[in-house]
Amino acid sequence: MIAFTLVCIVLLLGLGVAGGFVAQWPSGRRIVYGGSLAISSVSLLLALFSLAAAPSTVTLPLGLPWTGAHFRLDPLAAFFLIVVGLGSAGASLYALGYGRHEHEPQRVLPFYPAFLAGLNLVVVADDAFSFLFAWELMSLASWALVMSHHREPGNAYAGFVYIIMASFSGLALLLCFGLLAGPIGSYAFDAMRAAHPTPGIAALALLLALIGAGSKAGVVPLHAWLPLAHPAAPSHVSALMSGVMTKVAVYGFVRIAFDLLGAPSAWSGIVVLAVGGVTAVLGVLYALMEHDLKRLLAYHTVENIGIIFIGLGLALAFGANGLPAAAALGLTAALFHVFNHSVFKSLLFFGAGAVQAATGERDMDHLGGLIHRMPKTAFAFLVGCAAISALPPLNGFVSEWLTFQAILLHPDLPQWGLKIMIPADGALLALSAALAAACFVKAYGIAFLGRPRTAVAAEAREVDRCSLAAMFAFAALCLLAGIFPGVVIDLLAPVVHALTGARMPTQLGVAWLSIVPVESARSSYNGLLVFLFIVASAWLTVLVIHRFASRALRRGPAWDCGFPDPRPETQYTGGSFAQPIRRVYGAVVFRTYETVTMPPPGDNSPARIEKHFSDVIWDVFYAPIAGAVWRASEVLNHLQFLTIRRYLAFVFAALVILLLALALWQ
Amino acid sequence: MPHGYGFDIAHMLAGGLVLVSFMMLYQDRLYALINMLALHALVLALSVAWQAHIQGAPHDYITAAIALGFKAIAVPWALRRMVFRLGIHREIENVVSIGLTMLAGIALVALSMMVMLPVTAHADPIAREDIALALSVVLIGLLMMVTRRNAVSQVVGFLSLENGVNLAATGAQGMPMVVEISVAFSILIAFIVIGIFLFRIRERFDTVDLEALDAFRGERR
Amino acid sequence: MIASLLVQGVQMALVLVLAPLLTGLVRKVKARLQRRRGPSLIQPYRDLNRLLGKEVVLAENASWLFRVAPYVIFAVTWVAAALVPTFATGLLFSWSGDLIAITALLGSARFTQALAAMDIGTSFGGIGASREVMIASLAEPAMLMIALSVALVAGSTQLSTIADYMAFSAVGLRVSLALGLVALIIVALAENARIPVDNPATHLELTMVHEAMVLEYSGRHLAMIDLAASLKLLLYVSVIACIFFPVGLAYGYAIGLALYLAKLAVAGVLLGVFETSIAKMRVFRVPNFLGAALMLGLLGVLLLFVSKGM
Repeated sequence: MIAFTLVCIVLLLGLGVAGGFVAQWPSGRRIVYGGSLAISSVSLLLALFSLAAAPSTVTLPLGLPWTGAHFRLDPLAAFFLIVVGLGSAGASLYALGYGRHEHEPQRVLPFYPAFLAGLNLVVVADDAFSFLFAWELMSLASWALVMSHHREPGNAYAGFVYIIMASFSGLALLLCFGLLAGPIGSYAFDAMRAAHPTPGIAALALLLALIGAGSKAGVVPLHAWLPLAHPAAPSHVSALMSGVMTKVAVYGFVRIAFDLLGAPSAWSGIVVLAVGGVTAVLGVLYALMEHDLKRLLAYHTVENIGIIFIGLGLALAFGANGLPAAAALGLTAALFHVFNHSVFKSLLFFGAGAVQAATGERDMDHLGGLIHRMPKTAFAFLVGCAAISALPPLNGFVSEWLTFQAILLHPDLPQWGLKIMIPADGALLALSAALAAACFVKAYGIAFLGRPRTAVAAEAREVDRCSLAAMFAFAALCLLAGIFPGVVIDLLAPVVHALTGARMPTQLGVAWLSIVPVESARSSYNGLLVFLFIVASAWLTVLVIHRFASRALRRGPAWDCGFPDPRPETQYTGGSFAQPIRRVYGAVVFRTYETVTMPPPGDNSPARIEKHFSDVIWDVFYAPIAGAVWRASEVLNHLQFLTIRRYLAFVFAALVILLLALALWQ
Repeated sequence: MPHGYGFDIAHMLAGGLVLVSFMMLYQDRLYALINMLALHALVLALSVAWQAHIQGAPHDYITAAIALGFKAIAVPWALRRMVFRLGIHREIENVVSIGLTMLAGIALVALSMMVMLPVTAHADPIAREDIALALSVVLIGLLMMVTRRNAVSQVVGFLSLENGVNLAATGAQGMPMVVEISVAFSILIAFIVIGIFLFRIRERFDTVDLEALDAFRGERR
Repeated sequence: MIASLLVQGVQMALVLVLAPLLTGLVRKVKARLQRRRGPSLIQPYRDLNRLLGKEVVLAENASWLFRVAPYVIFAVTWVAAALVPTFATGLLFSWSGDLIAITALLGSARFTQALAAMDIGTSFGGIGASREVMIASLAEPAMLMIALSVALVAGSTQLSTIADYMAFSAVGLRVSLALGLVALIIVALAENARIPVDNPATHLELTMVHEAMVLEYSGRHLAMIDLAASLKLLLYVSVIACIFFPVGLAYGYAIGLALYLAKLAVAGVLLGVFETSIAKMRVFRVPNFLGAALMLGLLGVLLLFVSKGM
């Protein structure tokens, strides 16, 4: 099985090379994206078949001469290959239509299949060298894609920050694998699994893994590159970066924390829970302050990664206390959310890309009324908004429900940190879900509803069939995963069993296709029945209304309390919609404040309102480090301009010191 | 674990005291704050009386009567008169917003639980949780003193802190009456002194806002 | 099987029939306390009838979302209300959605309502939707915290199981339940747009939240939205009744129904008295109010995690 996956990866790499040559052809786009679609679909099917099969490994004589390159396809890798394959297939299908808006295809087409190859390779790597090689391939290919529109303002800066953070994450993972390899230096994952590091080493390795993989996934405070880089890339690449690459980073963390490190410790659960909760709430608060559609979606990725890490933290905490069934529930909730998020985030980025292609605008304050001009895109985007806001009967609600059930399972854990952290995370999860719904009411309401605010919004046209097909396929998947959640849970069972030693009860045999996380007396949820009830009630209401009520309808101007104003500037903008929430939360978290300058009476100049916002994490965390690096480089810069005598003096001094050290060490 | 009614009602009254402390954090008008103080003392009196009932310690009934008559009726009445005669603002200026203050209150409750419950692991189960809740009331009283700018609200915070100490003492089965009466007397004297000083300050500086008073300090920085 | 299906159907019809009556009772009590005679108790039924017969006046730029939204809001609220035990527990489909699902269903209704408000593109819709989501951003987490604390006490999130546990086991007086009750009353006031959070009878935009969102609706659409709002009030009263006052839920259908009607009447009178006796808060005091409810819910859950006896 693993051999076929490796063949797919090699084909993708070949397609990347070919993309460099065919980029200028008129059908080059179709070749590259069509080929990616085909290969991703094959890889997806392969992964589905290997989910329940036994792990298969292969060792190739590449890379380091004494290690070779190990590859392995076990249930965890198979699940993440499904996520990668699904996201890649969707993005490739979308790009078949969207790609025609690309002005410089030679900057995108060669790197896109390479990026896909990197994503797949990380998941199947079974030793540290191939893992890090694939990780860097993934980072570099996506950096090239981020820089593909380098002439647009801000994109070069985004690429710069991205490459720094990507290198930082690679460095942290390198140190982590170095610690796990131990003094013997065995980089194969099998050797790491068999070794039992001391608690200190294991703790340090887990922290490094959290920093390295977490920075790629976007946990606070290492998230700063995400809202810069994801919007800068073309839309299908943004969908891949948000929906798939962050999940591959989560895969890295899960592989290290659950598989390579062995038994978790309680404090690791506390740290991951804390990080997850803070990330979730801060991500959505940042998103609420944004009015650029793609930056808003990027910040929401940060929030959802936080939710995933809350589930992972619960699994670690329960595992440390010897409760494998509870750990299975926590891990299932986290992995279900991995799947859900990759589906609806891709859908939302496809929609934002469609809007950008149709109007040229990303700023929602220049849009409006798109539901009339782009009805199909609007419908698919609405399904995505409802799914990410965790509304039943769609899939976002199921993973949130499972996480809450995991929180409720064991209130009697002995560690005090967990006793306080778990209820706090319940509150933070609930708060982030409610704020996410608020944010998507704002995003959809300002961009798609209302009246058009600019001419480009008034003349937008619907996008092409391939993009629409990709969006509708993912929207249908959101609904299906919401009403048949038992299928997904049973597919996850072998993965969870391999990592925690237990699994959730089999869902497919439960009456009426409900899901029962622990036992039916305790709690259950039936997405299918809720969906059918809603449909039946709505249909019954329509029948009764049409039978007994008046069916007359008349169009007229809007009521607007008797003072209708046809100018679209009287509508709410994104900033005005978020003003109550900005006032409640923003004043505390972001030190937001507004200054109003009113001209004196009789003066005809306009009044101005200015909103001030300070990014706390950037000011506290990144700016001092950047400043320190700058000052250090200024000091070291003097070394460039010394005389020849000084350089000789340096060499002489170094030689003397080394000889002295050698003498003293004897 | 089978709970007797005594256990439950004692907990309920201690929890009610914490609830009223939170309600005091929430107020932003002076008269409402003073009413909450009266309610705080009333709940304390009920709690002490219940403890007297289940412990069979009749001298605690006197403590309850002192709490009721003195702290629930006399002190709030005197405070209301003082606010009226001082003519000070009827709104309380906060240093930190109410939402953040309540969040800090929750963190303080978690902290007092985290500290008190393991320490008293071998003590009487009724007393353990009541002492943890009493420590929360003390900490929330201190929080109120720290996050309010108005002098009268600081006095209210101080009095609620003392109520928490009282709850802890009666829950621990027996603070001798001598200690109780002397503590009550010292509170009374402190209260009278504070009242006199507030009037003098008001006469001199025309305000009792502590931020403004800070400007009149002797040494300049 | 047929019998239990019939009972479930009766419950669904019952909540629909009783909802306008509860609204009428609250209005009557408020009127009497204000020394007016007030509209009759069945006036809400007459209002619904009148609205159903009227022509719908739709704004020119209203989209399909605006026309579909009232049906979706009504259907979702009705399904949520049908999942709450009213006169008996253990109804046929009560296990398909628990308290978390009910909260999320009401969130779906609110999401749709806010989007419909934004659809016409007037500033009233914007003000209603933005204030509504601000209130919801605190009320929904508070509700979830209350659900978690009740679930920790009763050992399940299913409302039927919770009601049975509260009715039969020796629950005793618990601090976390008391905190949960206070928080749930605050959340119920906020979610149903009652004083002190919102005025259901206002026509001034300064004081509107819910009314601003439905400003453009007329005719049968407005009838469905009004009925959904009454259903939501009935739902919250039923949730408070079945968790904190579960008397009569196991004594058979007739006694259960009589006691349920009595609980509704008491709740209606208490709500009317409460609304008359306090003033509406200004809008930016509401987050403090709801923040207090969230804190109380969180405190309840924290106390239950820290010590089993609370």
